[in-house]
Amino acid sequence: MYYIEKAKLSELFSKIAENRSLYLPVKKNGQTNFAHWEEGTEYCDDLKTVKSAKDHFFPQTESLMHFKTEGKKIQINQDKIPDEKTVLFGVRGCDAKSFKILDSVFMSEPQDAFYTARRENSVVITTACSSPDEACFCGVFGVDPADPKADSDVVTWFAGDKLYWEAVSEKGEALTEEIKDVLSSSDEKEVEEEKARISEITKLLPLNNMSLSAFGGDKTDALFNAPQWDKLSEACLGCGSCTFVCPTCQCYDVRDYNGANGIQRYRCWDSCMFSDFTMMAHGTNRPTQKQRFRQRFMHKLVYFPANNNGEFSCVGCGRCVARCPISMNIAKVIKSFGGDK
Amino acid sequence: MQKTAGLIKKRALELLADGTVTKVLGWEEGDFIYDVTPAFFDKETIDSLVFSSFCGSNLSKYLIKACKEQTEGKILVFLKPCDTFSFNQLLTEHRIDREKVYVVGVECKGMLDIEKIKALGINGVTKVIDNGESLNIKTIYGEKTCERSEVLLEKCTTCKSKELVVFDEVLGEKAENENSQDRFAQVAALEAMTTEERYAFWQGELSKCIRCNACRNVCPACSCMKCVFDNIQSGVASKSNADTFEEKMFHIIRAFHVAGRCTDCGECSRVCPQGIPLHLLNRKFIKDINELYGDYQAGEEAGSRAPLVNFTFDDAEPSVIHERGNS
Repeated sequence: MYYIEKAKLSELFSKIAENRSLYLPVKKNGQTNFAHWEEGTEYCDDLKTVKSAKDHFFPQTESLMHFKTEGKKIQINQDKIPDEKTVLFGVRGCDAKSFKILDSVFMSEPQDAFYTARRENSVVITTACSSPDEACFCGVFGVDPADPKADSDVVTWFAGDKLYWEAVSEKGEALTEEIKDVLSSSDEKEVEEEKARISEITKLLPLNNMSLSAFGGDKTDALFNAPQWDKLSEACLGCGSCTFVCPTCQCYDVRDYNGANGIQRYRCWDSCMFSDFTMMAHGTNRPTQKQRFRQRFMHKLVYFPANNNGEFSCVGCGRCVARCPISMNIAKVIKSFGGDK
Repeated sequence: MQKTAGLIKKRALELLADGTVTKVLGWEEGDFIYDVTPAFFDKETIDSLVFSSFCGSNLSKYLIKACKEQTEGKILVFLKPCDTFSFNQLLTEHRIDREKVYVVGVECKGMLDIEKIKALGINGVTKVIDNGESLNIKTIYGEKTCERSEVLLEKCTTCKSKELVVFDEVLGEKAENENSQDRFAQVAALEAMTTEERYAFWQGELSKCIRCNACRNVCPACSCMKCVFDNIQSGVASKSNADTFEEKMFHIIRAFHVAGRCTDCGECSRVCPQGIPLHLLNRKFIKDINELYGDYQAGEEAGSRAPLVNFTFDDAEPSVIHERGNS
């Protein structure tokens, strides 16, 4: 275990940035999101970024290739596979777990070259949540906000006037070796106290004890035609707020942009809440908002576990709880199927 | 507030019982006091109807679909003063049917913003008790207090009116519009900027946009069956902002499209997950319309002819663009 004085955080960031690009939560125009660190950038310790950390591996818009046509000839230029060595600092345990979920989508065959390259070139530094909020329910999905080592390379804790640092993977060890000059050795006393303090808080979180017994890969028949969906989806605006702030939503659209200098093929996030999602020649496959709404939650709580060894594709970050314009969210869905018992 | 909540539930029950209405459009209780959801209720479900200082959402737009589906009887809707302007505007645009709706106007002294409460460092909120002037807030980290006026929804800080412009009956006590700031002060501040400063302001704000479409979908003036931005055949359909031009184009086109019809209900800014002050775009149009055509408030009167769709010999000439454009 190592530590650095909080007051010297910028030295730590400078050191990391010597050999790698560093990304961390930064407040800009009132909102906190992950951003590139440069000398002078201030780290923001807000509990949650508005958008999750998934953008780092799966950006909202990404160019895949360019075409140029000349008469009957077509020239295809594939975009370069990203090779930037990166470090993500200040990732919360919930977001770290979301990377595992995204991995099973993008890194299983056929592997997504762009995602995989970014993932392999990055080191994930998680930060324990010193003050979880009422919308947090990561415990339901097995995340430990006090010690989020499960899916990270380095775990850090803010305690007292120090930032504690512990490498928990080979990548993490290698990074620690690189930057050791700015760190000092420490015992684990203050971190153990902090972990115990956070664990006590998590017991008070009102949504953290929901039961998922109604959900799972074998529940399609039981849930698909359940009457609850009518009420739950009634006020849904069909916007993509929940989808776009969600760390595990991974659907995208591939489109061509026909510009003056040829055609660009890009992909961008899509949302199953949108009316033109997976639009086909015969029309959209889910004509009502109820169907679209049901799809989103069935995917996270039934279809995804069916195809991924029982793993749910929600991490309980609570962003949808905070951001939905009509305050409908996955916690209310879970509860309406008996999850509060 | 609690008194009004009691009145609302009582009245909903009475109007359902005597057959005046067949369903009720209101707000449903959530897990915390601030996470209420718009919902339709009947006799069986009316128990979960609530009213609190967090009922900022404007229910008028839900009536477009509900009126189409309503074959018999009326729908009771609870509307705050600002919401009644949207209701009137929808009547003007023939999007809803007055005969199918029973409007209960609810007096309002300004609704609260949980985000502003959290911005004060009050985290882990499980309950908020509104004492009228101050708030008692229960959190998992202990009890906190703050002033009501500090945490009003943005739209309520510049409340345009405490008048209910359409109703069948009214509940609650009429509030004074005492805290309201000048509605056009922020627009005037933007106008006073240099072109470069103004560009930088909007660039900073609009570059946060994630194209979730919440602003559009919540907007009572955005009631097209198929939005041009969702229509693949339009040539401008887009699901993301590919560049800085697109992020501005979407919002500016939307502001143009609702110009003269926007009642300034403020829902666009309330729902924006990135906190973009979208209402300022719309408000600029309102201010311009007021200055060029004389004061006009969309939704103040059902059936009114908006300046942009009306012709008079006193109308501003197109040359006004050149005269004003160089400022």
